[in-house]
Parts: sequence; C-alpha cells; structure tokens
Amino acid sequence: MSATVNQSTNSTEQLSGERLVDLYRTMVLSRYLDERVWLLNRQGKAAIAASAQGHEAAQVACIEASDPSKDHYLIYYRQFTAMIALGTEPEEMLRGFLAKEADPMSAARQFPLHGAHPRVDLFNFSNVIATQLPQAAGVALADKINGSDAVTFVYFGDGASSQGDTHEAMNFAGVHKLPVIFFCENNRYAISVPQEKQMGIESLASRAAGYGFPGVQVDGTDVVAVHEATQAAVERARTGGGPTLIEASVERLLPHTTDDDHTRYRSEQDILQMSERDPITILSDLLKRRDLLTESEDAEIHTSAKNRVNVATDTVDAESYPGIESMFDDVTDGSVQGGNS
Amino acid sequence: MAEQTVIEAVRQTMFAEMRRDSSVIVLGEDVGSRGGVFLATDGLIDEFGENRVIDTPLAESSICGVAIGAAVNGLRPIAEIQFADFIWPAINQLVGEASKVRYGTNGVKTAPMTVRVPYGGGVRGGLYHSQSIEVLFAHTPGLSVVAPATPYDAKGLLASAIRTDDPVIVLEHKRTYRLVKGEVPAEDYTIPIGKAEIKRHGTDLTIFTYGLMLHYSLQATEMAAAIGIDVEVLDLRTLRPLDEESIAESASRTGKALIVQEDTPAVSISSEVAAIIGERCFFDLDGPITRLGPPEIPPMPFSPIQEAEFMPSPEKILTAIKKLAEI
Repeated sequence: MSATVNQSTNSTEQLSGERLVDLYRTMVLSRYLDERVWLLNRQGKAAIAASAQGHEAAQVACIEASDPSKDHYLIYYRQFTAMIALGTEPEEMLRGFLAKEADPMSAARQFPLHGAHPRVDLFNFSNVIATQLPQAAGVALADKINGSDAVTFVYFGDGASSQGDTHEAMNFAGVHKLPVIFFCENNRYAISVPQEKQMGIESLASRAAGYGFPGVQVDGTDVVAVHEATQAAVERARTGGGPTLIEASVERLLPHTTDDDHTRYRSEQDILQMSERDPITILSDLLKRRDLLTESEDAEIHTSAKNRVNVATDTVDAESYPGIESMFDDVTDGSVQGGNS
Repeated sequence: MAEQTVIEAVRQTMFAEMRRDSSVIVLGEDVGSRGGVFLATDGLIDEFGENRVIDTPLAESSICGVAIGAAVNGLRPIAEIQFADFIWPAINQLVGEASKVRYGTNGVKTAPMTVRVPYGGGVRGGLYHSQSIEVLFAHTPGLSVVAPATPYDAKGLLASAIRTDDPVIVLEHKRTYRLVKGEVPAEDYTIPIGKAEIKRHGTDLTIFTYGLMLHYSLQATEMAAAIGIDVEVLDLRTLRPLDEESIAESASRTGKALIVQEDTPAVSISSEVAAIIGERCFFDLDGPITRLGPPEIPPMPFSPIQEAEFMPSPEKILTAIKKLAEI
C-alpha cells in the first residue's frame, strides 16, 4: 500500500525566495557546526555526537511550518539543525557537546541535545528510542483538554518505528484525534540495520492508515516539499483534524554517531550515491537556478557560518565545567531522596 | 467521622482532588463507565466527563507515557494500572523516563503524575494477579513510592501524591480494598511522603512492615501481648524515600527488629530496612535483624493451599516474634 499524497490546503503560504535563503543559511550554519562537533570529538573534547548531516532540509522545513511561540517539540538525538532553526545559538549547542556548566539543556547532566530548551517548549528526556512518542500524545492530550490550538511535533527515525511505543502512541493519538505531528526522518538505517530488515513495507507513511489518520511520504532533501507537507499537517492539527504521520526520506551522510563506522555495513557505492542527495547542495542549486542566490552570496554565507562557528568554539572551549555540587540537585522537589548522608 | 473501606477512601479522594483542581485527570483501562475493575473510579466519569476520565486502549506503556506528556504540559494525571502485574510494559516510561524528567532537564520540567497500582496477593490471583512490584520502583532515584494500608493513610497519601510535583507510585493492596475499614475525616488533609508511622507502641521488639502485612502484624501483636510480649509496629507507609529516622529510632529503642513483607525477600524492601538498621543501630541491637517473607518462588500459586503457604500470616509472624523475643 502506498502513502497517501499530501493535500496542500489553500490557507498555506508558499515560502518566499528570501525565506528560502534564510533556511539555506541555517542549514549551512548547522553543517559547519556539525562538522566542528565531529572534529571536537576527534580531539577528545566532545564525548559523543550524532550528526544531522543529510537531515538538514527536513528539519529546517518542518520547523518553518511551526509556531515556536506555542508549539511543542519532542525531539530525538539527531535534531541538531532543528535546534538551530529554533534559535539555539552555536555557543549553546557547543556547551551541550562539551558538557560545560552553562549547557542550557541539562547543565551537562545529559548527552547533547537532551534536556529542555531554555526558550521554546522543546525537550528530549531520553536516549531510549521512541519513548517520546507516547509522551507527545500526552502533551497533545493536555492541549486538547485545555482548548489550546498548539501543535505537538514529535521527531523520530526509522529505527524508532519498530518500537511498541510508536504503535501505542499513534493508536492513542488516532483515537483522540490529537493535534500531534509524527515526523519520521527515515534515513533507512537503524545504526547498521537497513530498512528492509526493519520492516516489510516500502513506506512508513503507509502505517498511518492503520491508525485512522493520513500518512505522507515526502522527499526530505526538498525544503519546499517538506514545508508544504508540514503546513498541511499543521493546518489539520490546529483545526481539530487530528494527527498526521510525515515520513521524510533523507540520507544519513555520516555514521550513526562518532562511535560508529558505517563502512562496516554500507557499500562504497551506497556511500558515494547518497552524497548526491546532500540537501545543502540541492538547495544551493535550486536557489541559484531561481536566481535567488549568487555564487558570491553563497560564498559569503559559508564564510560567515565558518566564522560564527570559530567564534563559538573559542568562547565555549574556554568556559568552565560544572562542579560536583549541582549533581545532587533536582532529583525530586526535595532533591536527593533518603540515602545515608 | 465516617468509617470507610480503603477502596472508598481512594475513590472519594479522587473525587475531592478532581473537584479541587481542574488539572487533575484520570486515565487507564476501564476507568470510565465500568468505574475500574475494582470500582475505584466509579462515578468519576458522570461528574467529570470523558475529557477528564479517559478510558485508554489496553496499553500500559502509553498509559504512563501519555501521563508523562500530559503532566509536563500542565495537567496532574492519575494513571491507573489495572493490576500491578501488568505494569511491566510501562517500566521504561516510569523507571526510565518519568523518574528523570526533573533531573535530566536541570529542574526545568517536572512530571506531577500519580500512578495508582493495585498490587499484592492472598486473593486467589495466581501468578499474574498477585504480584508485589515495589522493589524496582523503590530502587529508582526520582520516583516516590507509597503503600498506604489504612483508609486514613490512603486518603492522605493519595492526596499528597496528586499534589506533589514529581511522579509518585501509589501501591494499593487489593486485599485491603474491602477488608480494611477505618475512620476517615471528611476534611481535607495530606500525609507527607516519606513519613512512617508507629501503628502500635511496644517495648520488646519492633516489626517493620507495610501493606496487608501491617494488618497481619497487628493481629500477631495481639496474640503476642496475650503471652506477655509487647511488640511495636512501624508502618513504613512510604517505600521511597524510606523514613530512616523513624526506622532507626524504633529499632534502637526496642533493640530487636523483625521485618515482615509479602514480597519475596531477596534484594527487597526488607533488605534495605535491614541495611539501614544494621548501619545505624548496630550497638543498640540485642538480637539478629530478622526478616519474614514468603519463599523464593514466583508469587504466587493459584492453588489455595499453596497460596496460603506462600503468604505470611499472623501465626507465622507470631512464631517469628516469639523466636526473636526469646533471644
């Protein structure tokens, strides 16, 4: 069974050329910062990183269709670009990766990108795959009960689609027609396990039919397509139409994390081929074809991103790590429970 | 003051809390028109409607996961797990997730949620309607676990659980639901989480216990009194955090500690209580720290004869009292 085709509603707005360039700028900044984090890992400064390289277009386009002033974002560990699209400064990102005291998400208690965002309602409690999906249904349930028109975005990869929590969450959201968007970034690999060993279907989006809401498969390297699909889903969610499952097909250009080596399980040809679907190149070409970006403007965007990342790296590298005192806080309202102290 | 059963105290407390605070909702299997399989939620849907009393699909992980999300987004959900034995699919959402919401977000997010869990045996429940599940939760920093055994405590601790800004597991012993009656004041009150209570004062030894075993222990102390042994009974009431001060104070004062529980003893609440007493009261003890519990077999056989053999009883507790008192 194939996925249903996204029906764009009339009320959605097309992305302006200017806005497309803005999104491109965010993607380029994300890419340079992402590369820097990888480097910091190799220097022994960042213990772990999961790269968003290849996922950038899907992430910026989805966030672009949301309303950060009221919407909720339950992200997973690869949402690097989404964080930047939501206004997280490079310094703030690096504080998480370098486990600095000023890490705004969890004060270095958690892995990078885990914890709660200081300004938007974005959070990521766990490294355990798919636990955020039932939680997202709960967030959306509270909005529905309270009559809010906020939308809950929950992000996950193809790996998460195999978890029982994913089924339970979609089933619950379907029953209650909750304002939640299940946004799957399908890069076809759960670490090393390819899609054909994860599921017996071609398109994850087709599963939505089993829960009574639409599923849309979209090219996740295409900013415009992802934005349109997300806008339609947002419109449905805000007006009581219930959930949507969006499957954005993307490439994972780097190994699963800094601890992985994808040459152990991906062929040379596969690795070579996927670079043709680099969303930054794709958007850069599009902008130039439409005369929205000149070569020199593009070069300037790259230079500016590189400089921004350099400044942030120098700043954060010099910052302090948390002391041991804070590790005893925030266990419960009464902090550490019991114990023999 | 009216006399109520434990189940009635639980039900009335939910009515009161839902009237007091519109952010309190109830969700779980059969909690709507059915009123819950034990009737703990009977009538709630009539007063508060389907928006606040939610019959969920049969899926425990999402019951707890949805509760976390709703709690993070401003509600105070009470999730009902139909039988404790069915909670295992939700372990990850509770032990893995709910417990770390505050800690993992540097205190920015909290999950003010309550999980009500009917547990325990002696009800011909066999292997899958009799389990005691407290240990895994009580082992987890970030969770609180309470186990009220009387109607008065059920009201006060459930109210505290609902009003606390962190996740609380409320263990309700099924056998006590209709067996145990007691006075429950109509007015609002709470019992602090983490406070044990001496349910019977005594001088010769102390029984440390909770749940149904509180009542069996109290029965045993009456039999012991008849033969001249004066036994104190400390009801732990909260299993995490344990009330270490009260445990140590009583053990030091009587000098003899008997820990009684229905759960299998290996690596359990009784292990922890014994460790606390061992660490804090060593020089005040004049007998070995003693534990009484069921045999180390899966709780608990459906056969009535084997179930009775499995469960600690007032008679078995009396035997343990006599043995320890005579040392």
